[in-house]
Amino acid sequence: MGRIVLDQVSKSFGDVEVIPPLELLIEDGEFAVFVGPSGCGKSTLLRLIAGLEDVTGGKIEIDGQEMTSVPPAKRGLAMVFQSYALYPHMSVRKNIAFPLRMAGLDKEEQQRRVAHAASVLNLSDYLERRPGQLSGGQRQRVAIGRAIVREPAAFLFDEPLSNLDAALRVGMRLEISELHERLGTTMIYVTHDQVEAMTMADKIVVLNAGNIEQVGSPLELYREPRNLFVAGFIGSPRMNLIEGKEAARHDAHAIGIRPEHIAVSGSEGNWSGVVGVSEHLGSDTFFHVHDTGVAETITVRADGEVGFRHGDRVYLAPRQDAIHRFDAKGLRI
Amino acid sequence: MARAVTPRRKALNTLIAWAIGLMIFFPILWTILTSFKSEAQAINDPPLFLFFDWTIENYGVVQDRSDYMRYLWNSVIIAGGSTLLGVVVAVPAAWSMAFVPSKRTKDILLWMLSTKMLPAVGVLYPIYLLFIELGLLDTRTGLVIVLMLINLPIIVWMLYTYFKEIPVDILEAARMDGATLRGEILHVLMPMAVPGIASTILLSLILAWNEAFWTLNLTAAKAGPLTAFIASYSSPEGLFFAKLSAASTMAIAPILILGWFSQKQLVRGLTFGAVK
Repeated sequence: MGRIVLDQVSKSFGDVEVIPPLELLIEDGEFAVFVGPSGCGKSTLLRLIAGLEDVTGGKIEIDGQEMTSVPPAKRGLAMVFQSYALYPHMSVRKNIAFPLRMAGLDKEEQQRRVAHAASVLNLSDYLERRPGQLSGGQRQRVAIGRAIVREPAAFLFDEPLSNLDAALRVGMRLEISELHERLGTTMIYVTHDQVEAMTMADKIVVLNAGNIEQVGSPLELYREPRNLFVAGFIGSPRMNLIEGKEAARHDAHAIGIRPEHIAVSGSEGNWSGVVGVSEHLGSDTFFHVHDTGVAETITVRADGEVGFRHGDRVYLAPRQDAIHRFDAKGLRI
Repeated sequence: MARAVTPRRKALNTLIAWAIGLMIFFPILWTILTSFKSEAQAINDPPLFLFFDWTIENYGVVQDRSDYMRYLWNSVIIAGGSTLLGVVVAVPAAWSMAFVPSKRTKDILLWMLSTKMLPAVGVLYPIYLLFIELGLLDTRTGLVIVLMLINLPIIVWMLYTYFKEIPVDILEAARMDGATLRGEILHVLMPMAVPGIASTILLSLILAWNEAFWTLNLTAAKAGPLTAFIASYSSPEGLFFAKLSAASTMAIAPILILGWFSQKQLVRGLTFGAVK
């Protein structure tokens, strides 16, 4: 039902091309995440799909139908905004019922669907309140409620969790993932947070300066980043990127090795350096190692019990089969 | 650091504020007092303040001589009609300027406001001739149209500043929720802008009610509003101060009462954006 196809879609604001022509396919029922640094065009791409911006070129197809110049109201999509965008003058009940009222559904059907959405989202006790009387998490749920009552072909989320505090964000992340499992509806989710992208997505679309750098499942992107940008963007902490002599030894312009693929010890390893800052997370510890001679800083992930201190000399052993190689253009070899 | 206010200073401030307030209100108070005097006492030298023979005779005479209700009704129709029409035209205009601005929007806004700097008498002739041509002279329809156009820049400008305060996200949400443009304006924008629209309507009503230049120049006997009613008491053969005052009092009473009850709204409207 919610298969979305972008065919040579491009967008310019005046003379500035923010999205060069691109191709993208989102399968029905898929959870797709657009991720990239701020200003990469991910929100613009979402708004093009929503119809809130007009495309400069190309075609958008939703559910087999050409929708390029169809107004947002008629595309059968629902959107959840970063600011929630609730109607402040309406109660929660009326907020959720608004799309149904606009669609001209009869009162009984409206009430039935609102009650159902409210029970799914644990909002039943708040239906008579105004948005101003709700907490951030509750407002977010109302915004989601307003989206699900329409039974849309696809949901569009524009950085929906960035206004919530860290604990709430993790909770809502799970709720949205669960909702996706339950409804099986296509979801497109925009975020700058690669952790959100990795944990929620079936398919991640990595964007940079309006270009799609790579499309793939979270693990594909993690295991085989297509270029240096994706390699550096996906994964936390960031992949260590090394150029120069050490890279040349591997017949590459640059090599990358993830912190979790480097063993650290006090006695043996290919590289040696001095421990700088250590970040203790309990389960893991991240060591930032300097003066290795291969790169300014090498980040290493070690077991939480490993106890090196600031200034200790350590030896690093990268796992040879986990080294990523890139050519002079930054493309994976 | 908060400034310390001594009781003496506070009392002095209160006194000054009252003095200024009374000074501004005094002409209106004097008009009202004069309306209760006889013609002789009205021009008494020295002027009589409170100790005179109170009479309501002037009101009776004014009502007998000219039909107050007819003028009042004309005022209501002209002020109400021009305001209503103005808001109907201005809401979509302000919507488009606030939410789909073009490169020229700011210029258009300024240009519109600049028309208010033109002396009205400068366009009296063309408008007068147009009115003759169109048969609008001394009609309420004509005045509704002229006053609507005169106040339109202010109405559009005020609504524009109110609409600017409304987050675009909310309107986009309405669009995503299936609202048509009409639905978006009617169900989301207008309810959210109610305080702004209310103060705009109020200001437009007051401006139209008090407008004298056009109402005096474009009416004769039939369509004259209360401004014409007052003017009819200032005659070349001499002034009857008491009767003129009674007529003025009757003319300003409705708008004064309206203003009194809505002063909170009005102050908020006029200082919007400046203090929030």
